[in-house]
Amino acid sequence: MKSSKFDATVLTLGFAFLYIPIIILVVYSFNASRLVTVWGGFSLHWYRTVWSNQGLMDAAWVTARVGLLSATIGTVLGTLAALALVRYGRFPGRMLFSGMIYAPLVMPEVITGLSLLLLFVAAGIDRGFWTVTIAHTTFTMCYVAIVVQSRLLTFDRSLEEAALDLGSPPVKTFFTITLPLILPAVLAGWMLAFTLSLDDLVIASFTTGPGATTLPIKIYSQVRLGVTPEINAICTILIGLVTLGVIVTSISMKRTELRRIRDEHVAARNAT
Amino acid sequence: MAETSATTTHASPARWLVVAVPYLWLLLFFAAPFFIILKISLSDTAIAMPPYTPVFQGFGAIRDFFSNLDMENYLFLTEDPLYVQSYLSSLRIALISTLLLLLIGYPIALAMARAPTTIRPLLVMLVILPFWTSFLIRVYAWIGILKPDGLLTLLLQTVGFLGPNDQVQIFRTDIAVFIGIVYSYLPFMVLPLYSALEKMDNTLLEAANDLGCPPLKAFWKITFPLSLPGVIAGSMICFIPITGEFVIPDLLGGADTLMIGKTLWTEFFGNRDWPLASAVAVLLLLALVVPIVIFQNQQKKVV
Repeated sequence: MKSSKFDATVLTLGFAFLYIPIIILVVYSFNASRLVTVWGGFSLHWYRTVWSNQGLMDAAWVTARVGLLSATIGTVLGTLAALALVRYGRFPGRMLFSGMIYAPLVMPEVITGLSLLLLFVAAGIDRGFWTVTIAHTTFTMCYVAIVVQSRLLTFDRSLEEAALDLGSPPVKTFFTITLPLILPAVLAGWMLAFTLSLDDLVIASFTTGPGATTLPIKIYSQVRLGVTPEINAICTILIGLVTLGVIVTSISMKRTELRRIRDEHVAARNAT
Repeated sequence: MAETSATTTHASPARWLVVAVPYLWLLLFFAAPFFIILKISLSDTAIAMPPYTPVFQGFGAIRDFFSNLDMENYLFLTEDPLYVQSYLSSLRIALISTLLLLLIGYPIALAMARAPTTIRPLLVMLVILPFWTSFLIRVYAWIGILKPDGLLTLLLQTVGFLGPNDQVQIFRTDIAVFIGIVYSYLPFMVLPLYSALEKMDNTLLEAANDLGCPPLKAFWKITFPLSLPGVIAGSMICFIPITGEFVIPDLLGGADTLMIGKTLWTEFFGNRDWPLASAVAVLLLLALVVPIVIFQNQQKKVV
């Protein structure tokens, strides 16, 4: 029992370390005083300044569009890649393919960013909204591929095989059987892709152009000038949105999972 | 089963698209850029400044193309001690941080794996949640804490550990960089460790205990060796990106905190020397080839 006390202490300290800085940041976004160490009372002043800051709002809009578009394309490409990795066995160039899926996960962002920028310059493409979107699609699709792949690996193929045996064309089988079953993983992948795109500073800095300043680039340029409650307010809004998104996704995933289990039980009972 | 998939592969062009579309995308936007980076790193500064001419201009240009390439940038990098030092310093910081992450992450992962099964999903969720919030925000949060007139100074002054005029001198030093790195990468270390430890068969430890093996020895003889895949995966997932880290040394480190990612950024955005920045990137990549290969093999084993 001594070890369980030790474990509880470790977990408490660990989570305190992970959460206290974020909590402090959120608390000080409501600080009426401009100074970090002086509590001047509760105020929503900084949220009003954020709202009326046109530059920030423009950047937020660019970031949202890049995120939605790149997460969606990335999810389609990543799901296809996961299917290829799990279902296609050996195909020519498979080694290279899986290498290109795993490498972006750990590749330092400065390398990915610089190399993509040089590609766009060499191809004569003007940098801006689309180049950031392509860059984000490229690294987020790999994360989606990993998430969807792990679902496909634990997937019961008998339903799919039954549909194919009964003459359902492969493409139709995919949309009516496979996709609904892996949908929770696909949605989780989309969510991950979206937040990664929302987060990214380094790759966006390299691949962006005039008129396509994203929120992290904007925040970064302000952070370099020092800590202000206004940045705390933007960060709090972002943390709130992402936390809400994660909670909603995980609840809906749990629901889908429960419904699936119930459906399987019903199907099993009907079968006997 | 192999038979059915082989026949359907031939039967339906849609099946080929499943591989071809993501494959071509990655070839174009992930693999091809590395060759361009290599090419630019071998060219001279003047001709590579944008806007410069497209890479390919017919066969006559190929000879010119190769005759223009030289190792000048690489020679420059080896001659200037700044680059050699920031190269070595990155590897040193990444190595120390990875060890720190293992030391801090292992007890957390172990405690999670030993927790009752009912609360484990909650614990995993709690570790993942900070990972969803922006990297930049998490680094920023530490500036307010660590800066000389920040919250840590205030706390230590209130407790009486520091005099009213003393300040914590951590901000803009290597210590702040280590704190920032450990904080940002902790989830990446804990999760692979946890998934390795969670799969462990507890009867092994019980057997060791029954045979009179002391708990600490049982840990080194049984738990640790069995968690090695997690240790390797976690270490690689942290070590590789930390080596090229830019945001943390830039926001928390001092002027003397040399890291290759920061050097590359300065060459590119500050000095606008693209060929030199490319050469730095190529060298950084070369240093990371071995860890990346280890990481990939580890991932394939998991699958």
